Amino acid sequence: MYPSSFEYARAATVAEAITMLSSDEDAKVLAGGHSLIPLMKLRLASPSMLVDIGRISDLSYVRKDGDQIAIGALTRHRDLETSELLAREVPVLSRVAGQIGDPSVRHAGTIGGSTAHGDGAADLPAALLALGATMVVQGPSGNRTVPAAEFFKGFLETALAPDEILTEIRVPTGFSKFGFQKFNRRAQDWAIVGVVAVRSDRTNVSFINMGPTPLRASAVEERLAAGASVEEAASVADEGTSPSADINASVDYRRHLARVLVQRALSELG
Amino acid sequence: MTDPVQQEQIIGKRRIRREDPKLLSGENRFADDLVVPGALHLVLVRSPHAHARIQRIDVSAAKSMPGVVEVFSGKDLESEWAGPMPCAWPVTAEMKNPAHYPLAVEYVHYAGEGVVAVVARSQVEAVDAAGAVIVDYEELAPVLELEEAVKDTALAHEDLESNTSFVWALEPNPEAVDAAFRDAAVTVSERFVQQRLIPAAMEPRAMVVVPSPMGGDYTVYSSTQIPHVLRVMLALTAGISETKLRVIAPSVGGGFGSKLDVYAEELLCLALARRMRQPVRFTEERGEGTMATIHGRGQVQHIELAANADGKVTAVRVKLLADMGAYLQLVTPGVPLLGAFLYHGVYDVGAYSFTCTGLFTNKTPTDAYRGAGRPEATYAIERAMDSLARRLELDPAEIRRRNFIAADKFPYESVAGLVFDSGSYHANLEKALDKAGYSDLRREQEQRRAAGNPRRLGIGVSCYVEMCGLAPSRVLASLNYGAGGWEAATVRILPTSKVQVVTGTAPHGQGHETSWSMIVADKLGISPDDVEVLHSDTAIAPYGMDTYGSRSLSVGGTAIYLATERVIEKAMKIAAHQMEVAEEDLEYVGATFRVKGSPEQQLPLAAIAFEAFTAHNLPDGLEPNLEASISWDPPNFTFPNGTHIAVVEIDEETGRVQLVRYIAVDDCGNQINPLIVEGQVHGGITQGVAQALYEEALYDSSGQLLNASLADYLVPSACEMPSFELDSTVTPSPTNPLGVKGVGEAGTIGSAPAVINAVVDALSDLGVTDCPMPATPERVYQLIQQASSK
Repeated sequence: MYPSSFEYARAATVAEAITMLSSDEDAKVLAGGHSLIPLMKLRLASPSMLVDIGRISDLSYVRKDGDQIAIGALTRHRDLETSELLAREVPVLSRVAGQIGDPSVRHAGTIGGSTAHGDGAADLPAALLALGATMVVQGPSGNRTVPAAEFFKGFLETALAPDEILTEIRVPTGFSKFGFQKFNRRAQDWAIVGVVAVRSDRTNVSFINMGPTPLRASAVEERLAAGASVEEAASVADEGTSPSADINASVDYRRHLARVLVQRALSELG
Repeated sequence: MTDPVQQEQIIGKRRIRREDPKLLSGENRFADDLVVPGALHLVLVRSPHAHARIQRIDVSAAKSMPGVVEVFSGKDLESEWAGPMPCAWPVTAEMKNPAHYPLAVEYVHYAGEGVVAVVARSQVEAVDAAGAVIVDYEELAPVLELEEAVKDTALAHEDLESNTSFVWALEPNPEAVDAAFRDAAVTVSERFVQQRLIPAAMEPRAMVVVPSPMGGDYTVYSSTQIPHVLRVMLALTAGISETKLRVIAPSVGGGFGSKLDVYAEELLCLALARRMRQPVRFTEERGEGTMATIHGRGQVQHIELAANADGKVTAVRVKLLADMGAYLQLVTPGVPLLGAFLYHGVYDVGAYSFTCTGLFTNKTPTDAYRGAGRPEATYAIERAMDSLARRLELDPAEIRRRNFIAADKFPYESVAGLVFDSGSYHANLEKALDKAGYSDLRREQEQRRAAGNPRRLGIGVSCYVEMCGLAPSRVLASLNYGAGGWEAATVRILPTSKVQVVTGTAPHGQGHETSWSMIVADKLGISPDDVEVLHSDTAIAPYGMDTYGSRSLSVGGTAIYLATERVIEKAMKIAAHQMEVAEEDLEYVGATFRVKGSPEQQLPLAAIAFEAFTAHNLPDGLEPNLEASISWDPPNFTFPNGTHIAVVEIDEETGRVQLVRYIAVDDCGNQINPLIVEGQVHGGITQGVAQALYEEALYDSSGQLLNASLADYLVPSACEMPSFELDSTVTPSPTNPLGVKGVGEAGTIGSAPAVINAVVDALSDLGVTDCPMPATPERVYQLIQQASSK
């Protein structure tokens, strides 16, 4: 469990971090380290340099900004879990964050790190996708925003350029009702399949681990918008998904779970 | 007149473990924590193939890597070994035992077997260099499944004619077995699979060998359960005089049997320290430990019951295929034998037959894992008893009542040749049923079924007996085991009347220091805080048989108890001399010697201890100092037993099994520290539930372990367990003066069959009669689908 050797640099500001990233195309950003470090220890990732942004203090916040909630990229899962503002305005994020991994993961992992890692099996990216969040990205030439729907590109691949840093995540308020179903075998595990459903004047549904990226359950959303019942909508839940098989579940079983869990998540909406 | 001196009872009281503050604060030092200046780091290049011939090894690039000191192939080190790695349990004279050396030389026989040893100045440099070693292999067909292995269509070892290592049979009355099956009103025939399990101790294996190049001796620090056995085996295998080896097991973070072994890396560190005249250390990574540390279980069981129309079992016949893995480790072939005598369980059965075929496969070697043979036996008989109950439409509790060995039959001579010491099996069952609210649970199950509730309820009962307290040395001899089963202890009272206990047991999480201090303090009438317990260092505790098989208390604790008695006897002589009375007129109460009938005439133990030390005024011919040493060989095994009840809910739509309640009534004889007993039962149950619901070493068709990391190999945590509901019965064992039986393995033995019986019970109205372990959600979902579509 020893990574290959690498350089380490600590950035005091986002601008400094971007400069460091620009200087080395194999550099990676280190935030909470709970996705990247395990990959490095298994030597599945061997970055030449780690740019540690963990000490940039002004990137950890949850605040209201008009009809959106702005969340700093370095906000820890535990802070999402316990934020009173989130519990009131975007309760799904508190619930999802509170079930990630185990307490030590939740105290170290960050929303920005989880999102930038772009793992289709992770919980927060799917929740942000269901919420229609907006990613605020800073690069050498300034800021840009990317909608969640365009952020997750492929297996562990996002819209971030190598010299860009995700600094803030903006989520709309108004999704007061939600359903969250995470099916795993042990409390600390990734979801075998998970479903996030949120409702304002419309119902958005997304999947955890039903494909290489987090996925919107488009078939479900379309049926619901057309007035279908929960049962009817759930019965087509796995349409348009591309789950893989692993030692925890076959493809067919994942598709079956998707249908069952969508029905349960929608039922939680009341 | 009230007695002026009250002796406080310590045995039987809950007492917080003295070990825990050091563990919880991180003060304890494990092998990898030891700072050894100048130590070189050993990293192994391991075979990626399950079965292959080594064609070429090129270490030239690795040798030139930074920090690398030397790189060795198996051939380079052949001259280091006086013999192959030891198997101490040749169960039959004809047993096949392929030579097994610390590094493979010509062929590799499992993925994870060591091929090249890289020695570097840091572990990181050694890991980097290991990546630069080139080994070319010619892949050979692997033997992976037992029912294929037994056919010998492919061979796990190319130079053996067969995959069969041995066939071992216990057939006390074959004619009676045949007659019972001929005359049976009903028979049951079942095939069960004991999947391979990965022990996954919290602390991975770690070791460091420190040579004294001028003195020619070696100190071996190893995360082991068996420092004493290890010393003997290292001496014999590396060809070093035993007097030149000191083995120390520092703090050891769990073993579950996986550290009851002699490992290639221990031998390599020793041989390389000798060769390079520098300390050499090794710490396994988790992902290599899951391949290179032994596995547990791995059996295909065929069990048949013959019974009369009332459900009385008349015969049990068992045929076992047991997975040895690629090589025979220290006690690998003996593991199924530890269950061989117990396949009739807690039931009074007159006819019995057991046959085991030990088979080689191209997988990690197996060896003892918590319960070792006894969980497998209990699983088979307890699952089969449920099958019999279903056949006869009897309640699982009732079929057991009709077959129990009755409480008035103890000591009970079993058909398999054991003498069960004591027990009250009916009482265990009734207590557990009562605690569970069994009839209410059955009623609720009926209601849910009637209502078509998709949350199905299942109730599983399992009754067990195990043979513990390993072991009477003569019995071990009859099983061809290569050592005895005694245990040694020394008790010494120091000049200040503080007490030192030296034990040959080797704790690795059990709390021996707490329990042993309680035994001595109770006997001496002093505080346990005044008793120091020394262990796990062959220079301090030269004699010992170490810790496994729920033996430490019933064998090692008894040795300590007897040594304490002997010290008191000696102190009594000194007290009598000092007080000028006859020994017979003295009694020892509350750390005080006093004259019977006139308790005001007394001398405290402290005064006698100091007298023994100064030796100024001792009886003629009596040696100074208060010390006694005992080696105790138990006359019999002990037989812990109990009833466990699991209550599960199954989500029909997903197949998820939720363990909602767990009730255990255990009889481990007298309890020294009930808090430690409960802790052992908690951990034991969890480990058995792990086999039932979570864990399995999964291999692909080429023999690759698919779940080598703890993210994939699902060791459950407290989050997955209900709050256990525990109780006990106590039938003191007549085998030892403490009346104790042992409790380290009980929970694991009782729990897996209880849980799977509950799973099958939940689905029995669908016609489901079996569920393989582990009962994963997908597997259970498929069972429901298949049964529903019939």
